[in-house]
Order: sequence, then C-alpha cells, then structure tokens
Amino acid sequence: MSYLRKLRTQIIEVAGVAKEGHVPSALSILDILFVTYKEFLPHSDLSSIDNIGNRFILSKGHASIALYVVLHDFNQITTEELFSFAKYESKLGGHPDRNKIAGVELSTGSLGHGLPQGIGMAKAMKIKKAVGHIYVLIGDGEANEGTIWESALLASNHKLGNLTCIVDNNLSSERALDMGNMANKFEAFGWETLEINGHDHGEITRALKLRKNNKPIAVIANTVKGFGIPTMESNPEWHHRSPNPEELAMFLGEMR
Amino acid sequence: MRKEFAVIMGRELAANPASALILGDIGVFGHRESFEKFPDRVFNIGILEQSMVSFAAGMAIEGMYPTIHTIAPFLVERAFEQIKIDFGYQSLGGNFVTVGASLDYAALGATHHCPGDVGLMLNIPGAEIYVPGTAKEFSDLFSQSCRNKKISYFRLSEKTNSASIKTEYQKGSLVKKGHLLTVLAIGPMLNLVQEATSDLDVTVLYYNSISPFDAELLRSNLESRKLYIVEPFYENTIAPIIQQVLTDQTVMTRSKGIPRRFITNYGNTNEHYEAIGLTSRSIRNDIKEMLDA
Repeated sequence: MSYLRKLRTQIIEVAGVAKEGHVPSALSILDILFVTYKEFLPHSDLSSIDNIGNRFILSKGHASIALYVVLHDFNQITTEELFSFAKYESKLGGHPDRNKIAGVELSTGSLGHGLPQGIGMAKAMKIKKAVGHIYVLIGDGEANEGTIWESALLASNHKLGNLTCIVDNNLSSERALDMGNMANKFEAFGWETLEINGHDHGEITRALKLRKNNKPIAVIANTVKGFGIPTMESNPEWHHRSPNPEELAMFLGEMR
Repeated sequence: MRKEFAVIMGRELAANPASALILGDIGVFGHRESFEKFPDRVFNIGILEQSMVSFAAGMAIEGMYPTIHTIAPFLVERAFEQIKIDFGYQSLGGNFVTVGASLDYAALGATHHCPGDVGLMLNIPGAEIYVPGTAKEFSDLFSQSCRNKKISYFRLSEKTNSASIKTEYQKGSLVKKGHLLTVLAIGPMLNLVQEATSDLDVTVLYYNSISPFDAELLRSNLESRKLYIVEPFYENTIAPIIQQVLTDQTVMTRSKGIPRRFITNYGNTNEHYEAIGLTSRSIRNDIKEMLDA
C-alpha cells in the first residue's frame, strides 16, 4: 500500500464511521496538504528547510478530513481523536476550529474568509519583521466569492511576497460558474502564477518553494475531485456523502 | 466624535507598536497625522469591507490590535459574517468604530441609514457595544477597551449630548431619582430625555454601554414598575436585554426609537427626528400617557 493510499483509506474510513464529511474534496487536496505539512510547517518535519514561522490555512474548511489525517500522520492528533470526527464532543468537526486543534490557524467553513485573513497575517508578519510564509489553500468553487478577488487586489497592493495562495482547481465550480483561466486572473491582479499537477509531490514542493520578491504567488493546482477512487472521481453525487459499509469495501477495492 | 477619534487613535498608535488603524476609504483626511507618523500601521485599505474585516482578523491572529473604521451599514451590515466568524467565533479582539449612526446621513438616503447596527451586533456573543453620548465618553471607553482582546463596537454619532455623564467603565449612571416611572436613555438620547422630564417626578438612567449592560442599576431603580426606553437605533433593540434583566418582574415597558420601516425621505437628521417623533415633546407625551395608565 502506498503511503498516500493509507491516508486516502483513513479519509473514507473516518467518513464512513462518522457518516459525515466531504470526501471527494478531501481527496483532491490530500497530496497538497501532505507535502505542505511535510516540507513547510514546523510541527511536521523540523529538519526541513524553510519551515520556521510558516503558517498554513485551509480556507476550504469542508475538506477538513484530509487535514485531520495529515495531522494524525504527523502525530498532532491521536487515532482515537481522528475517529471521533464529527461526534458531539469531538474536537474534530466538519469544519476545523482553531480554538480546539493545535496546528489549525483558522476556523474556516464559510468560504472566502481564509485568504483575506491570510493576507492580514502576512501583512502583520511584515510589520513585525517576522520570518515566515503564509500558505492559503482555496478551492476553485470558493473563488466564486468576491472576497477572493478583493484579497487578490490587497495582496499585490501590499506587496506580500510572503504569501502563497494554492487553488485546488478540481473544477467544482464548473456546474455553476465557469472560472476560465485562473492563472490569467491572478496574474491580472498582479500575482506571480504557476500551474501544476496538484497530485505530483515534486511539482507541489517546487511550487511552494517559489518566492518572487514582493509579489504574492498563486499556485493553480489542477486536481481531481475524489482522486484515487474511480467511482467518486469528478462525480458530484459524492460531494457531501459518506460511504456505507458496502460502498466502503467497494472503494477500498478500487482505490489507486 | 470624529475629531476625538483621530486624537485618541493617534495616541494609541504612539503608545502601542502592535496597534493598527484600517480605514475603508473613510476618515482618511481626519487621520492624516497618523498616516504620516505611522505609515506602516495605518492603511486606507480600500472599499472592500468584508476583506477589510478578515484582513484585520489576520492581524489579530498575529498579535496585533486592529481598529477598523468606516460607515456603519458597510461595516456592520455588509461585513457582519466576517465580524461574527473571524472575530467572534475565533475569539479575536478588534475595535470597530463607525460613523453614520441611524439617520446621520439623512440626505444620502436609506442606503446610508443604519438603525440596525446595534441589533445585529447583539447577535455576536461576547461583543462589547458602546454608544457614547459625547466625544469624551468615546475617548474614555476606547482607551479602556481597545486592547482587551474582545470585539469592541463604538457607535459614533453626529448628535451628541451637551455634557458628558460621569460613568464607571461599562456601567450605567443614575442621572435623576424620581418615583412615578423610570426612563432609560441611551447615548445621544439623554438631552432629549432631560428636556422632556425636567419637571416630572421620574427616574432617569443613562447608558453608553449596551453590552455589557449594567443590570443592577436598572433593577435597583425600577420601583414604579414602569419603564420607558429611548434608543438612538431601532425601537425595541434592547428589548431582549431588558427581558432578561427583568425576567422575574412584571413591568410596563415602552420604547421610543427609530421606527422599523425604510425611511425614504432626505433632508437632515432633525427633520427626520421630528417626523418620526424622536423629540422631547413626543417623549414627554408618551411618558405622560404611561403615568396616566
């Protein structure tokens, strides 16, 4: 079993036990989260370069199960806590709560809040001359929100070279709004942009290392919603649905 | 009050290197000295209120003390969810200072009216809500609250009382003791109440802090069991607070404030107050009716 297959398995098992969760969204961001925590955050791999003072914000908070399995993988939460997901007294909710979980910077869930807060954090770090970089992960559907584009204006105007916005471009938005070329849009707002395969760890690592003086960076990560489970991939039926025991067995059988 | 805001904010920025002022393209000229002295911590962020509030929350997460300022409807009503979640739910502190209270921008029409701000802010658990009656009261409240790591909402208004009332921080004040009825005046409504009741045997209480609310002062000055409330925002805005405070008492209660309908005339604030009956004459008539009841 590949390492990421183990985490994918945990995502669907946790959702199956809880009968809750946005599984396809979690699967589309899992590779990005894993690389970010492994390479760029202080509470994951301390031997990694460029990790002191970095912050990660999961703006699309509904994909929280992916965050929890990664935090579990880096020993930030226990197995018991992981499988308490969405229970009444659990600290792990359908959307993450910064006041309950170490390593969670923001309480997200309402879309369009993470990027502007990340920009405020990046600005404060510049004022305080603090070392570190802010990574914000948003979804392409979330980019329907006006605050994303307000923030895009703010970040370039304030010359926030200490900020990277990763767009989980899993084409969720297609059924409602065609977002067109996301890279071109961010570029028009004054950002440095690059487009990657959001499931390729090498490409993710190189993209998150990129710095461009005083320009914020937008990484358009092309991903597949439900990645790794063919039945679920790009299938809107599963957006907010958890598997029953039979479906769980089927998914485990077909999982890549 | 706006001038006092510039003064007290300048003082705060000088005293605390972690304080920041974020303007939504409003008050830029008034705060020009702070822009010059503290260019790294005073921003005219632009006309994007929702992101302005989230941006400020991000600064608070990093240990700063943001003060956010623009016109009331655009800050409280447009960016309400950002205040509620980014500050309230996340337990972060920030100072929200608005102008354009209720009908202050009368001539600009209903898009710029904001009698609903305090009612909305009361829906955020833990938010502190201040309605100062004078510039000095605002200055005192701001100085004591601006770094308390809570949501502190300061509602500045064009209409002010002629003199400040000496109040303890977050407490109400007994202005006059009488027997037949209690009048509760909020912020800039005090002068109207004093004018209306100068020769009446009624108690007058004054509040510039809505949340926290000084329950003890009201409970200990309500022997008549008749309460008349004069609010500078929508009428009956503080009714839920009063109900909670007087849950074990039967009290005849009536509120005078801005009526709950869209007001589509222009003109000036005084014309509106006359039209809606927010005058000392109308207040006096209401009180007399209650006394006769």
